[in-house]
Amino acid sequence: MIQVGDAIAERVFWIDRELLKRYADASGDQNPIHQDEAFAKSVGLPDVIAHGMLTMALAGKFISDWAGGSAAVKEFSARFTKPVIVPAGNKVDLTISATVAEVDGANIRLTINATSEGVKVLGMTKALVVKS
Amino acid sequence: MLNPDSVGRTFPGAKSFPVTASEIAAFAAVIGEEDLTVAPPTFSIRISLEQSQELLSDPSVGLDWSRVVHGDQKFEILRPIVAGDVLTCSSTIENYKAVAGNEIVTVRSDLHSDGKLVVSTWSTLVVRA
Repeated sequence: MIQVGDAIAERVFWIDRELLKRYADASGDQNPIHQDEAFAKSVGLPDVIAHGMLTMALAGKFISDWAGGSAAVKEFSARFTKPVIVPAGNKVDLTISATVAEVDGANIRLTINATSEGVKVLGMTKALVVKS
Repeated sequence: MLNPDSVGRTFPGAKSFPVTASEIAAFAAVIGEEDLTVAPPTFSIRISLEQSQELLSDPSVGLDWSRVVHGDQKFEILRPIVAGDVLTCSSTIENYKAVAGNEIVTVRSDLHSDGKLVVSTWSTLVVRA
């Protein structure tokens, strides 16, 4: 029985430059701030940053795994509050957890938390899933 | 600056986007999704963001895309996208405000396949001062 307040166990996804390149190719978002360190720094960023939408896609994987697959996700929203910074030659964590916010039969609303290196990177992250 | 007259305008996308199994597979592989029968929930961004860029960069709208950062994103998924869908994407500039020199624009994109709505998605974009 799923109840309001239930926690969904935390999971860590690892992000490196190679994943950013693969996401750029898969999504069509070739903005150089996600691949080119010199360019990223030239526009005032500390280093290459991950696509916000890659972060959201991984959070989507987290909730769809819990709910029973990609087709279970009906609504999904997030705010990109802080960038995930991805230095060369390193992998950084994206740590995701969630809490059950509302239960209406099989329709379940989740509140999702996402941090990288201890910093909250997504805000107001919510989903409606139909759990199978 | 965005042309204020463009707020509320809907731009019917002229293009259609056939979804292939290999596009879904490439997107799924990045996030470690093994089920390829449907697209992952955020897959439609591949289409809507390109359309938004095209629409907002149009000289009649006048947004400077080179300074855009993604503020927030929302999806309402009526059914999952599958390989074989041929999607069209119409976009509406739903909201616009200038705050402390930054411009904040919300674009709604509706993706249809075969005349039926599949996904509605809202992108809030911030143009940094």
